[in-house]
Amino acid sequence: MEMAAQPSDTLATLKTESETLKTKLEEERAKLHDVELHQVAEKTEALGQFIMKTRRTLKGHGNKVLCLDWCKDKRRIVSSSQDGKVIVWDAFTTNKEHAVTMPCTWVMACAYAPSGCAVACGGLDNKCSVYPLSLDKNENLAAKKKSVAMHTNYLSACCFTNSDMQILTSSGDGTCALWDVESGQMLQSFHGHAADVLCLDLAPSETGNTFVSGGCDKKSCVWDMRTGQCVQSFETHESDINSVRYYPSGDAFASGSDDATCRLYDLRADREVAIYSKESIIFGASSVDFSLSGRLLFGGYNDYTINVWDVLKGTRVSILFGHENRVSTLRISPDGTAFCSGSWDHTLRVWA
Amino acid sequence: MVSKMSSKMVGSNNLAHARRMVQQLRVEASIERIKVSKASADLMRYCGEHAKYDPLLMGIPASENPFKDKKPCIIL
Repeated sequence: MEMAAQPSDTLATLKTESETLKTKLEEERAKLHDVELHQVAEKTEALGQFIMKTRRTLKGHGNKVLCLDWCKDKRRIVSSSQDGKVIVWDAFTTNKEHAVTMPCTWVMACAYAPSGCAVACGGLDNKCSVYPLSLDKNENLAAKKKSVAMHTNYLSACCFTNSDMQILTSSGDGTCALWDVESGQMLQSFHGHAADVLCLDLAPSETGNTFVSGGCDKKSCVWDMRTGQCVQSFETHESDINSVRYYPSGDAFASGSDDATCRLYDLRADREVAIYSKESIIFGASSVDFSLSGRLLFGGYNDYTINVWDVLKGTRVSILFGHENRVSTLRISPDGTAFCSGSWDHTLRVWA
Repeated sequence: MVSKMSSKMVGSNNLAHARRMVQQLRVEASIERIKVSKASADLMRYCGEHAKYDPLLMGIPASENPFKDKKPCIIL
């Protein structure tokens, strides 16, 4: 829907209107800022001690693990690495079920298809490719590879929508895009970030057709998938946003940033409602995810640790040690019984 | 070798960009918002309603968690 160009439009009048609208936006948001989330949460019972340990260590990558995703069957995991390999693991037994060698290094993104029958991945090749998973162990997976997405810079994240038929991607070229897997056609593109887009997350299916993205412009944006329109944006982080994840109800999302904080944004209040930080945490948060109820937020950090936060009270409830280098990726299992972290130390760890 | 854009082209590109920015801000400024107190109460209610189904929050017995080591069986 194009804005009708007025003959009187000059750069100066548009700039003034821009500033006026920004001020109005801040005023409207401030009017509704009647209380802090952690104040409302004071009456909630405090959480007890958490004992979470590494239950499985998945070894096999030859270099930094960059991304991971769980299969809906709650036991398989796909992971991708700087060494160009994409591995599918049985997390219960730690066996490797499939391995694919990509034609590029730095495979920054990987995702499991909802059916469990395929995986998508990409990175420095600027593409997102889909590999059907064969039951025949001898079959060469690379032969069945299907190139789906084409960006003009690296692929930073990818995820299937509610079926195996569509993939959402984000890229170092500053855009996100929605693709039809079968034809490779771009169905919609999303423009608005001013720099590399580093992460994205699809809204829970009950909430409708939106997704959130975060980037090097320190902005997170919520997009309408049908129109390509950015419907809300937030700019409170002080550095790159490495990870975004929806709160399970779909009414909020969390982000992790190089500014060493994680933050919670409520979509209906249209503002940041919590900051998860400590003076002692000075390294960037690379990856965040919620527990099933949304009460816990798990953050993987560049100082090799995982911090567990009480989402409502804003306090840290646990710190987990184990990785020997940066934690680069972290996901809760589909049934919430465990979570998996991937690290620059070449391993993945399953915690419960 | 990228050819130099004429200053007129650059000018109209800036204008188009500024127009898009204003349009985007109009969309964002016009959405309906609720108070933080209401939003917070809803987040808390969701947590409360789903807490008992959250294994990592509640801690589930080793026998029910496929990742936790089960205790060895004792044959009576």
